[in-house]
Amino acid sequence: MSDNGAATSGAERLAIGITLGNSNSSIAYTSEGQTQVIANEDGDRQIPAILSYVDGEEYYGQQAKSFLVRNPKNTVAYFRDFLGKDRFKSIDPTHNHASAHPEDVNGTVAFTIKDKAEEDAAPSTLSVSEIMTRYLRRLVTAASDFNGKKVTSAVITVPTNFTDKQKSTLIAAAAAADLEVLQLISEPIAAVLAYDEAREAASSPQDKIIVVADLGGTRSDVAVVASRGGMYTILATAHDYEFAGAALDKVLMDHFAKEFMKKHSGVDPRQNARSLAKLKLEAESTKRALSIGNNASFSVESLAEGIDYASTINRLRYETIARSVFEGFNRLVESAVKKAGLDVLDIDEVILSGGTAHTPRIAANLKNIFPETTNVLAPSTSATAINPSELQARGAALQASLVQEYDAEDIEQSTHAAVTTVPHLANAIGVVSLSESGEEVFEPIIAPETAVPARRTIQLLAPKDGGDVYVKIVEGNTHIKVTQPESKTNGTKGATVEDAKDSDEEDSDDEEEEEEKREKVWKIGSTLAEAAVRDVKKGGKVEVTINVDAKLSVTVTTREVGGKGGVRGTL
Amino acid sequence: MTTAIVIPRALPSLPEGWAAEKDFKPAGKLSAATQRAIEPVGPHFLAHARRARHKRTFSEDDRIQAQERAKNVEEEEDGDISEPEDPMMLQREAKDWKVRRHSMLTDCCFQSQDHYQVLGISKYRYKATEDQIKKAHRKKVLKHHPDKKAAAGRTDDDNFFKCIQKATEVLLDPVKRRQFDSIDEKAEVEPPTKKELAAKGGKNFYKLWGNVFRAESRFSKTHPVPQFGDEKSTKEEVDAFYNFWYNFDSWRSFEYLDEDVPDDNENRDQKRHMERKNANARKKKKAEDNARLRKILDDCSATDERIKKFRQEANAAKNKKRLDKEAAEKKALEEARAKKEAEEKAAKDAEEKAKLDREANKKAKEAAKTAVKKNKRVLKGSVKDANYFASGDASAATIDAVLNDVELVQSKVDPDEIAALAGKLNGLKVADEIKGVWSEEVKRLVAAGKLKDGEAKTLSA
Repeated sequence: MSDNGAATSGAERLAIGITLGNSNSSIAYTSEGQTQVIANEDGDRQIPAILSYVDGEEYYGQQAKSFLVRNPKNTVAYFRDFLGKDRFKSIDPTHNHASAHPEDVNGTVAFTIKDKAEEDAAPSTLSVSEIMTRYLRRLVTAASDFNGKKVTSAVITVPTNFTDKQKSTLIAAAAAADLEVLQLISEPIAAVLAYDEAREAASSPQDKIIVVADLGGTRSDVAVVASRGGMYTILATAHDYEFAGAALDKVLMDHFAKEFMKKHSGVDPRQNARSLAKLKLEAESTKRALSIGNNASFSVESLAEGIDYASTINRLRYETIARSVFEGFNRLVESAVKKAGLDVLDIDEVILSGGTAHTPRIAANLKNIFPETTNVLAPSTSATAINPSELQARGAALQASLVQEYDAEDIEQSTHAAVTTVPHLANAIGVVSLSESGEEVFEPIIAPETAVPARRTIQLLAPKDGGDVYVKIVEGNTHIKVTQPESKTNGTKGATVEDAKDSDEEDSDDEEEEEEKREKVWKIGSTLAEAAVRDVKKGGKVEVTINVDAKLSVTVTTREVGGKGGVRGTL
Repeated sequence: MTTAIVIPRALPSLPEGWAAEKDFKPAGKLSAATQRAIEPVGPHFLAHARRARHKRTFSEDDRIQAQERAKNVEEEEDGDISEPEDPMMLQREAKDWKVRRHSMLTDCCFQSQDHYQVLGISKYRYKATEDQIKKAHRKKVLKHHPDKKAAAGRTDDDNFFKCIQKATEVLLDPVKRRQFDSIDEKAEVEPPTKKELAAKGGKNFYKLWGNVFRAESRFSKTHPVPQFGDEKSTKEEVDAFYNFWYNFDSWRSFEYLDEDVPDDNENRDQKRHMERKNANARKKKKAEDNARLRKILDDCSATDERIKKFRQEANAAKNKKRLDKEAAEKKALEEARAKKEAEEKAAKDAEEKAKLDREANKKAKEAAKTAVKKNKRVLKGSVKDANYFASGDASAATIDAVLNDVELVQSKVDPDEIAALAGKLNGLKVADEIKGVWSEEVKRLVAAGKLKDGEAKTLSA
């Protein structure tokens, strides 16, 4: 018997990726390179993070969500962010108004709910971690049912501002649910990883700066990520609890509530808790429908005082009434870019993640902020975009498949700060080349914010006539060149002339011509080294490899492509 | 690893007069870098972590990774199938792959073919994977292909090659392989003899029997099969083991030993007869096999110290319970008896006392009665002594009157007073004194209200 027992190790692990949200969670599984977001027994891939208890029976997900109308007191929702918070004062219970209310029990957050079948049973006080354990247990059961095998381990995504205490509480809660946490990874990185894995199969990773806008139900997080050779460094983050999906719901709720009041002599459905809950549920589904179609209906039976209500809204109207919220998203993204010390021109890619990212207007707005070269990855702007709601779960599942064969100790050591904290180059390293007009131009080889050790190789053309080639290795950085356009007065449109720095470009359709031209240009910095490659053939190519090691010493190797030897030097 | 990006831009030509040692001239240092945390996510990070933890540079890591990859391939190539080939085996004729009944006489030299040995994987036997079998086959084919032999000058030498093909055919067909494994005697482990068990002071018991059961477990339909364990195994484990094996569900079958069934073109009655015969033979062998396993189990359990130990422990536990119970019962009985005895004694004592009391009372009463009678006699005697208070011979009437009065007094007083009166009168002979006592007595009684004035005149006068 002992012989059989010894075999239990990494090989028998079954690891999935879990993304835990305040509003929704997803689970995904990678096998043989294929990642799949798992639908639970109700068929949902976005599983509402809600638990509800009715007559001692536990419901979760969509079923529990529908109990927000009929059984709000025994329904726990929006609890993820409370996890591991030791000060009751530090939590924001706004969203829990329509469900079980969080309470302060010995400094930790807890909920009092009736989770037993007996009529007269005393309500139990459950800590947030207990709730999380129960919820995770349900997710694991759904994943195990899908796989036909017991899921033992998971990679879980957490927001970038999760504290160590919150992380350890989450790990403990997962352990209580019989789930081994292989690794906690941050949400924006999971989203980046999901996209990179989807594209990377063919080519090696490109160096780019990515903005990940994770727009969720109750909070929005923006991260600016430098992706350098497939390694990710977060340069800046911004968090916002105002501009999120709930704010859009609120806009729709207010809109329809007002319309209802107009029709029915001032009966306000927002005054009654049950009506409010119905209003919110329907507003959410209307919002979803508006992300897909141009028109959406809104209908609630017995909304208030027994009156049924049905109405429709088109996308234009929705975008008008929700404009202030949409602008909030823009400001949030811009502030994150600014926080990273970058310009919108530096951003190569914008990844929209989270449920609210389905909204076409948000993607369109972001496309306007960023230059045309920036790739905005959202369902409405890119045909190849991955479903934003599934991004993080996919990333987590990929990471799970990568690390599931490692021992826990290996993972621990690999993610240790000594390994992850490395110097990042402040400036780009490149070579001076000649533009067509004969000017000296900086050609970057290693981009700024690259983690060392790093190694990059580029190939450049030799001079037209061949012969000896001069290779000058320099540092470089970018600056934004602003070219003022020739002032064209256009009296018919009362357009506001915008400030050069904080250009707010989202409604600039008519002013395109008058826009100043902003460009990113490289500036040649201090010289690092000079080298010569002798006797290059006519029409040949020269290869330059730069290798920066962990101690920041630079090795330059340059040679003619196809030639032997070459010049090598270290500084 | 890193692919070069091609930039469609030209490098400048070397300026005139530029020269440097080895054509390289360092000019500056990198500007200061910022310390940042990279996110521990993704395949490229894992590569970075591997390099950082093993302190490898890019090129070193590339080399080591490449080596590791290369080594994997090599291992696969090398494999394990490198058993020496028995020259006798190479002489085999393929048609003798199976023992036939009619060759029973020469059984010693005509054993049926051991397919594992032919493929050189006899150390794996039933454990050999399909992959191993395929590889072994390939290797043997490369070595023994008739074309190769023909090249060495030996034409038409394909006997052993046919053996190899037969072995592969059997072993790669799961059904046939099971049939062969069922009768593969070389995979069997004989149960240990008493001598073997006794060697090394019986320390080998668990090892030897464990090997036997491990070999037998290859026939199990259910897995995992409980292990034999050792002296430290718990009772549950041992029970589970024996329960499993006494209810062993075996897939072992004996089709492989069937006699050849004649082709269709021969007599079909003959064919059916052979089939029936084969079926019966299989059934019989199966029964024998079951009996064999049972005997092994019986032998093993009979000498299994653990069972003895557990039985003793169980007995000890049971006995302890029984003894405790008996002691308790005995104690209770004793107590009950003591109580009963005490009660009986108390009752007897009380009875005796009552009897004595009764007797004493009776005596006292009798004594009192006799005393009263005596005293009454004294009283009557006293008046007689006083000559009935008459001078000279008393007339009969006087005597009656006096005696009546005496009786009257006697009836009015209780025995104690009679005794007191008798005490006073006793010894008195003189009539006056007697009379005095009587008159006093009458006076006292009158005063006490027991007599009316004027009664007992004869005594008071």
